[in-house]
Amino acid sequence: MASDPKSKAASPAPLRLHVPEPEVRPGDMPDFSKVEIPKAGSVERPPIDADPESIRKLAFSIIRVLNRKGEAVGPWAGSLTDEELVQGLRHMMTLRAFDARMQMAQRQGKTSFYMQHLGEEAVSCAFRKALEPGDMNFPTYRQAGLLIANGYPMVDMMNQIYSNELDPLHGRQLPVLYSSKEHGFFTVSGNLATQFVQAVGWAMASAISGDTRIAAGWIGDGSTAESDFHSALVFASTYKAPVVLNVVNNQWAISTFQGIARGGAGTFAARGLGFGIPALRVDGNDYLAVHAVGKWAIERARSNLGPTLVEYVTYRTGAHSTSDDPSAYRPKAESDAWPLGDPVIRLKNHLTVRGAWSEERHNQAEAEILDEVISAQKEAEKHGTLHTGGRPSARDIFEGLYEEMPPHLRRQRQQAGV
Amino acid sequence: MPRKTMIEAINDAMDVSMKRDERVVVFGEDVGYFGGVFRCTAGLQAKYGRSRCFDTPVSESGIVGTAIGMAAYGLRPCVEIQFADYMYPAYDQLTQEAARLRYRSNGDFTCPIVVRMPTGGGIFGGQTHSQSPEALFTHVSGLKTVVPSNPADAKGLLVAAIEDPDPVIFLEPKRLYNGPFDGHHEKPVIPWSKHELGEVAPDHYTVPLGKAAVRREGSALTILAYGTMVYVALAAAEETGIDAEVIDLRTLLPLDLEAIVESVKKTGRCVVIHEATMTSGFGAELVALVQEHCFYHLEAPIARVAGWDTPYPHAQEWDYFPGPARVGRALAETMEA
Repeated sequence: MASDPKSKAASPAPLRLHVPEPEVRPGDMPDFSKVEIPKAGSVERPPIDADPESIRKLAFSIIRVLNRKGEAVGPWAGSLTDEELVQGLRHMMTLRAFDARMQMAQRQGKTSFYMQHLGEEAVSCAFRKALEPGDMNFPTYRQAGLLIANGYPMVDMMNQIYSNELDPLHGRQLPVLYSSKEHGFFTVSGNLATQFVQAVGWAMASAISGDTRIAAGWIGDGSTAESDFHSALVFASTYKAPVVLNVVNNQWAISTFQGIARGGAGTFAARGLGFGIPALRVDGNDYLAVHAVGKWAIERARSNLGPTLVEYVTYRTGAHSTSDDPSAYRPKAESDAWPLGDPVIRLKNHLTVRGAWSEERHNQAEAEILDEVISAQKEAEKHGTLHTGGRPSARDIFEGLYEEMPPHLRRQRQQAGV
Repeated sequence: MPRKTMIEAINDAMDVSMKRDERVVVFGEDVGYFGGVFRCTAGLQAKYGRSRCFDTPVSESGIVGTAIGMAAYGLRPCVEIQFADYMYPAYDQLTQEAARLRYRSNGDFTCPIVVRMPTGGGIFGGQTHSQSPEALFTHVSGLKTVVPSNPADAKGLLVAAIEDPDPVIFLEPKRLYNGPFDGHHEKPVIPWSKHELGEVAPDHYTVPLGKAAVRREGSALTILAYGTMVYVALAAAEETGIDAEVIDLRTLLPLDLEAIVESVKKTGRCVVIHEATMTSGFGAELVALVQEHCFYHLEAPIARVAGWDTPYPHAQEWDYFPGPARVGRALAETMEA
């Protein structure tokens, strides 16, 4: 009541909207001092059937294997042989060289668009090696390492990027939205997060069918805000679907820093806990850690123990896409300040420390890989680029929408004169 | 032949399909143990087990999203959205994903799913239990859209939809679940047991998608209708004494244009009716196609009778629902034009 003498004193201050801001912007000094980086080897490795409640703290730490000296340490080390690590290094170097060439090809007008993986190569390359044939990934547009590490021909990737006459997708899709069932790589959609819940459905289907294959869903930090992220978690949790739910936290969703999507939550991994899904956080620039954690979660899924949420902590070193200029929203040198370093250099150092690699072998590998990428590019360009040479047929507009072309599309194809 | 309600016929279609093909799975909100809020899935979980027929969280995008993943795996999900009015959270998955998997992957992945959803008004369902969103699906390339009007078709079309290699939106006019309805709300409801289209063969059969049915032959004009409006059309023809030919489209996309054109060329006049709102409704597409293909045979402007361009009201149900009186007036005007 207005007559209440207390009412005036208790009158609250005007409310204010809280809008999170990154600590630095262009022109500022990059500062990651507040990012807590646990020591390599310091995070426990629980059994795969651990009670989710007992491993809650794994959602707030960072599992790391490689220390500053390049040594593999702690309970997550040892999931790969030297030979496999050399292969992994080559995969990451290949993806990086591929990115650089395709970025250039876009600048030369050979394609309309490209998206790099710079700095995130370990995430998709290492995870792929933990999967078995027949498992299915539901990737975003920034997991081409899944293809590279599985031996998908680079020339087919380029044919897709160029939308040329040999484009496996017949010119219908934007560059980098690949599809390969054979390589366990679900057709990439431009619509964010949709694949995350589809991965859960695929995994449920495997369980319904009494199969032993598992699915892996992929999503970026920004897209965790989409409703399909939540749909995926609730369905995965309810049906204990054999799926690994991967969140690639590269700190940036185009120009939006991860704090906008994360809100007050400590980590993205922590989101899994509310759904009763065990959640792990891993150093995304540590090939060994990504592999070991991926393997752990994959084994859990294949043992019918249910889903796992994994947050890969990494940094998007490159621009969001060829249509983006990050200097408009973040400091130019921010990636140099990123405390988890560069995944290629870290694995290179590790192999060198182990005596399984050297500067000389690295340089040689770099040259070989560049040759391979260039020769794939030459091969692809023989079959056309976006504006020159061979291209998909105009008939391809109408075909393949339905299994059988309905009458109205037949009429339209006739009108188009193809 | 046994007579069944539309609910029983739909149940029968899923039963037959689940028995024939172990890839067929059925799920949705309240679909499992309870058998669905409209009883369409009654008994299926008991018969086929929880891994073939199950309840889901209340999440339409989750239901359709997981179904798409299952279809990509190789299953044949037949899922339910409790009311068509609640399909909107799944619209992204339906239009950007289900509709385009085959196209964008060049056949690498396909999406043989059926999404069943009760649709339509005439039941005092108000704004969110009465909508007819078919135009939001027919506008999407890659989807097929089906609306049955009787138990015999409902079973055959649903079996065909489940067997179809592409995604099908299966809209079930809930006003027709228990009996035909011609808009005369003041009269008692006639059950399907008294209607010949309530005869449902017990075995497997299909009604092909993309084929219309002539419900009443006539020579004076053509009425294009689907769902509940088929019975409104028949009532309006009887009550006005106008010898209308009533075409039940059954599938809106792909559309049986041949049947439409043949009829309008014969009658020279056409009235398009639907429950959905008028502006940019599916009727506009029908009018455009008739105009394009039958222009020189038309003796009058093509008329449309539809729901008003407003949200579906509660108290004013019968002022909103396009009943036989409104349709009858349009028939008379078209004959006089």
